[in-house]
Amino acid sequence: MAEAAAIAAESLAGSKARAARTVLGQVVLPGEELLLPEQEDAEGPGGAGERLLRLNPGARSRVRVVCGPGLRRSGDRLLVTKCGRLRHKEPGGGGGGGGVYWVDSQQKRYVPVKGDHVIGIVTAKSGDIFKVDVGGSEPASLSYLAFEGATKRNRPNVQVGDLIYGQFLVANKDMEPEMVCIDSCGRANGMGVIGQDGLLFKVTLGLIRKLLAPDCEIIQEVGKLYPLEIVFGMNGRIWVKAKTIQQTLILANILEACEHMTTDQRKQIFSRLAES
Amino acid sequence: MEGAMQVDTQIRTEPGAEAGPGGPGCSLRHFACEQNLLSRPDGSASFLQGDTSVLAGVYGPAEVKISKEIFNKATLEVLLRPKTGLPGVAEKSRERLIRNTCEAVVLGALHPRTSITVVLQVISDAGSLLACCLNAACMALVDAGVPMRALFCGVTCALDADGNLVLDPTVKQEKEARAVLTFALDSVEWKLLMSTTKGLYTNAELQQCLAAAQAASQQVFRFFRESLQRRYSKS
Repeated sequence: MAEAAAIAAESLAGSKARAARTVLGQVVLPGEELLLPEQEDAEGPGGAGERLLRLNPGARSRVRVVCGPGLRRSGDRLLVTKCGRLRHKEPGGGGGGGGVYWVDSQQKRYVPVKGDHVIGIVTAKSGDIFKVDVGGSEPASLSYLAFEGATKRNRPNVQVGDLIYGQFLVANKDMEPEMVCIDSCGRANGMGVIGQDGLLFKVTLGLIRKLLAPDCEIIQEVGKLYPLEIVFGMNGRIWVKAKTIQQTLILANILEACEHMTTDQRKQIFSRLAES
Repeated sequence: MEGAMQVDTQIRTEPGAEAGPGGPGCSLRHFACEQNLLSRPDGSASFLQGDTSVLAGVYGPAEVKISKEIFNKATLEVLLRPKTGLPGVAEKSRERLIRNTCEAVVLGALHPRTSITVVLQVISDAGSLLACCLNAACMALVDAGVPMRALFCGVTCALDADGNLVLDPTVKQEKEARAVLTFALDSVEWKLLMSTTKGLYTNAELQQCLAAAQAASQQVFRFFRESLQRRYSKS
């Protein structure tokens, strides 16, 4: 059994704290510890755990590192809390370490985040606020004044069951989320009640992020297929409307299927559809 | 040092799906795991250990009943459904053990006033059921993206009349055993999260079982990693 303990000790040392730079794009698991580039020099393989005494410890923290979803800070350490691929974005200035690190996970449940654009369903009207279901743990509130051109006299025409495309103004773990359908200038900017007809369906949050990426070829391909109206909510909801019901259904099925297809498979499908 | 390395690599070369004969009784039955197989829950997993099979579904962070709301953390609920009939006292006791284990690793403070529900359905029981439930619950929680401090796994040890240790026992081995011990261990420091025992054993035997469970847990965690990597290789 001493041998077993030795194995445990060995692996314990072996799996401890990998450098964040070396695992970029790889799968990380909850509980793993990551080392930032600045910590690597001191604690990396060469350092053998022996930290150099710094004369000016305040000077090194000039690089700004932001922990995105799936990561948390515990003192000096960077810990993983979700399973997924580790991603990194260089800071605006470029170079020199720092930037944003986050874990790209394939989650289905949405957790409201400030500034996110989402599709909600109005579930109740009470006095001067609407309750909107956004798929989170509690319904978001939406003031009737938070629409373009709305005044106390001129109420917006919103019924229970309507679809709303809006943005989170308040979203944190301790407060009720609050939505608005206007930007800071008071303009609708595409937000508001989504028209009649069309089809709403749900996909994973990972797929939404993939589709909304600036260089996503799926959307361009889909746009070439039929003329369409489409709305993506960061909460995993997609609303789509084409000229006929048949076209709408085809589009919905393609978007749903896109998640587990390779680029080649997608090209095949799109070329086959373009022919028919 | 050299010897330890060798043993370590030997375990690593063993295919995760099939545990080879590591020693007399010190091997686990083969594992299998499938994730995201149910469409309605936020996370789901089925876990197989030999012929024992458990299906798990996780809902959360979701809306919580006012009566169960906790103002500074998530309410964790575990429901264990037996293969047939209604859950009884034995299931309730296991539910509690699993819930306490989950509570130790889930970062509930990040989602206050919400509920996280884990539903476990026993598909077949061929021994080491609690360990299999723990493993299924862990994989389903990871699949749902619930924030966690670490992964956890369950390992069952049985001591027979002669004091021989059997890891991951079958129903027959469990029945013949003098003592059956189940441990839950975390993936960061291999520390004990939960233990439940039945039968008579000495202090030394407990330590021996714990050390064996720790060694076995690494095999399980390695399997978890492979299984999760396979899931994410598709995207």
